[in-house]
Amino acid sequence: MTCREFLALLDDLIDENLTAETRAEIEQHLHKCGHCEVIFNTTRKTIEIYRSHELYELPPAVNERLHAAIMARCKAKHS
Amino acid sequence: MSTIQSIAGQNERHPDETLVERVRAGDVSAYDTLVRKYERRIFRIAQNVTQNREDAEDVMQDAFLKAYEKLDQFQGNSKFYTWLVRIAVNESLMRLRKRRTGKMVSIDEDMETEEGTVPRDLADWAPNPEQNFNQAELAEILRKTIQGLPQGFRVVFVLRDVEGLSTEETAETLGLSIPAVKSRLLRARLQLRDRLSRYFHRKTGVEK
Repeated sequence: MTCREFLALLDDLIDENLTAETRAEIEQHLHKCGHCEVIFNTTRKTIEIYRSHELYELPPAVNERLHAAIMARCKAKHS
Repeated sequence: MSTIQSIAGQNERHPDETLVERVRAGDVSAYDTLVRKYERRIFRIAQNVTQNREDAEDVMQDAFLKAYEKLDQFQGNSKFYTWLVRIAVNESLMRLRKRRTGKMVSIDEDMETEEGTVPRDLADWAPNPEQNFNQAELAEILRKTIQGLPQGFRVVFVLRDVEGLSTEETAETLGLSIPAVKSRLLRARLQLRDRLSRYFHRKTGVEK
């Protein structure tokens, strides 16, 4: 497997969409290729960091104000 | 085993379906439950697309109102949430257009087409690089980094990786083909990784 072929499979590897056979081929490649191993680990970490950090907080008071506004507008449409 | 579970899962009724039916029958309180369930996620998506807090608040309200008004048009062949996200993304793009008058904004802008370029940055990150920053610093880095992505990559990354939509749902929501979603997702992930490397190396003292 070349680095380019590895990269084409990177998303499926991260999303765990690969057959055991392809996984084994990739693992073999990663064992020899430090470059691709770094790409794999840091890309996975990138996703984890974004998934686990709330970037745009909606403070409870703002949330409540917006929620009330939404429901008031819906009720006005309904009646 | 997972295949059997997912087939069984498809036959179960999604709890949103019952709520949607109740709203259609005139029960506004059922809509309150749906709004509560998804409002924060819709806000996050709107903020990610518009990159503007005021717009995000407006989009959040308008998207829920529009969904309420158009609930009769909701076919039920997609999930309520996916349908709602689609409305929110379209509303967000409209806001962007208003802000950038004269300049068209679409999900296709700023797209590069070259594929499969292997990143050159070889240096690894520290085991837990985020621990070298306090929460506020880290959030700022993550915001700045994702803001730098082209719009069409950012939306795909947010829907797919942050909000957890499937590739198929992301494609449906954005009106893109599945290969287009996959290609953008790969490029978004690699660009974010590359941009974050700059911060995570500097602080950890690893030479680039």
